[in-house]
Amino acid sequence: MATKNIHGRESWFVLVLFILLLVFPLILARFYIYLLALILVSGLAAMSLNLVLGYGGIYQFHHAVFYGVGAYGTALTITKLGYSPWIGFLVGPLLAAFVSLVMGAICVRLSKLYFGMLQISLGSLVWAIVYRWYSFTGGDDGIHGVSMPALIGSTTGSYYFALFVTAACLMAMYLIVKSPFGSALQGIRDNPVRSEAVGVNVKLHQLVALVIAGFFAGMAGVLFVVVDNSAFPDMLFWTLSLEILIMCLLGGWLTFLGPMLGAAIMVALRTFASTFTEYWTLIQGAILMLVIIFLPEGVLGYVNAKFKQLGNLAFGGKA
Amino acid sequence: MSRTTILFIVASGLTLILGVLRIPNIAHGSLYMIGAFIAFSISKWFGGGTTGFWMAVALAPFAVALLSLAVERGIFAHLYEREHLMLLLLTFSFALILGDLVKMVWGGEYRTVQLPGSFKGPIPVASLPIPIYNLFLVIIGPVVALGLWLLANKTKIGKISRAAAVDREMVGAVGVNVSWVFAIVFVIGCFLAGLGGALVSPIVNVTLGMDHTLIMEAFLIVIIGGLGNVWGALLGALIFGLTQSLGILIWPQFGIVFPYAAVVTVLIFRPTGLLKSTW
Repeated sequence: MATKNIHGRESWFVLVLFILLLVFPLILARFYIYLLALILVSGLAAMSLNLVLGYGGIYQFHHAVFYGVGAYGTALTITKLGYSPWIGFLVGPLLAAFVSLVMGAICVRLSKLYFGMLQISLGSLVWAIVYRWYSFTGGDDGIHGVSMPALIGSTTGSYYFALFVTAACLMAMYLIVKSPFGSALQGIRDNPVRSEAVGVNVKLHQLVALVIAGFFAGMAGVLFVVVDNSAFPDMLFWTLSLEILIMCLLGGWLTFLGPMLGAAIMVALRTFASTFTEYWTLIQGAILMLVIIFLPEGVLGYVNAKFKQLGNLAFGGKA
Repeated sequence: MSRTTILFIVASGLTLILGVLRIPNIAHGSLYMIGAFIAFSISKWFGGGTTGFWMAVALAPFAVALLSLAVERGIFAHLYEREHLMLLLLTFSFALILGDLVKMVWGGEYRTVQLPGSFKGPIPVASLPIPIYNLFLVIIGPVVALGLWLLANKTKIGKISRAAAVDREMVGAVGVNVSWVFAIVFVIGCFLAGLGGALVSPIVNVTLGMDHTLIMEAFLIVIIGGLGNVWGALLGALIFGLTQSLGILIWPQFGIVFPYAAVVTVLIFRPTGLLKSTW
């Protein structure tokens, strides 16, 4: 898989999208702004997972743990320790990266399904602690009403904050993917044995990738707190991890922007479906099944393939 | 201990499917939940009481097995060649769909199955009052384990399925219809999920969401026992159930943390499980 830079057409597309996202708050109702912010947050979480899943080929089944740890880290720093939110925004991702380092160091010895199983059990341990530690984490009630600085306290303010942070994170992730480190990671995904043979430290690369992914997932958790002013234990439950996984799959887990697209589709569908039916998970399950059977490369992967057939440039920078 | 039995029965079905078909079946928990709901409906149909209970325990697992046969033949049978991640997500899609179907059919209320009169009340065992039904469950567990062992080692289908787990193509080459062997194993595994659900229905609230925690626990049990190893599932269920009970005794608030910690400890030292896995 050749590395490809974003070429003219694609960067124009991304730029237009960004400008559209900048002006949306001026024309859209508050609810839709909130929805867009939610898409950005879920999308960032999904893209951070894709860093290890799509690019690293690591079966990170329980990625939501880092998302939740980021959110709790921020919310607790603000509410329990009483520090300024800006410090909380730093604590969240760093704490998530640290948890990821510990979990990664334990899990990285294993591969594929065994990695996923151990990771999911460690994640469940974290969930169980958060779920039961009433005095500190609020137990199953979670934490509500986390106060934000005035600048980002309003719906529009939090949206812009989410937009700029997400954009910055995406840029950082893009640079990481295109860096020598990113290439090495993809080499490990495609052939770990050969990578080891040419002198790449496979386990170390995977561990670093896990920590980076944990950091960005924690950042998504921070953004959730900013947008929703709350954190709750379901953010660390394994069902959410699989939902994030679905986003990656739906959008296309071999593409860079696919998970963001998947998140947009999922969040939008969930919102509109829940206005006329209470059976959203049924629809979600049906979509997932159809995607697995008919579109195993995801929507963006499919579009990319079609574009290639037409002799055009693939958009989104195929890995 | 009664909970250990339920965990073992469900986990043994899961490990059977994992061992032979290599599908990490997340929908297993949903089948357990459906088993419990069907047991409730059957018991109600027969007017509760003794007949209702026995009919429920006898028929509910078969209903679940029928459902799983339809799903296996309809969808899974065509997708065995996909990688684990895809299969895992596919079973997750089933878990989502089945969960909502249960909501459609039975709604979100709490329900429970009536125990027959002979099972009510405690019985003194070594001067401790033990509920009779729990004692019954403790006896059922080893019976199921023995039954599975006999099935795997003494019958033709058991031998073929063990062979198919090791080398699918070779078994196919000697003229066995592997696809149907897989179907039978899958159905037996799901039957056990339904049995677990039916047996648990009198002692817990039968409700939506009872699948979510159970499937995670069953998976962890299967992993620490060794993938595909039925005795491993028994050992894992014992470890999980005992640490849970002990945890609740020692530190009630963090009772649920103990079994997870035990699982992590086991996996750090024996990443592929305590007993030999069939993979």
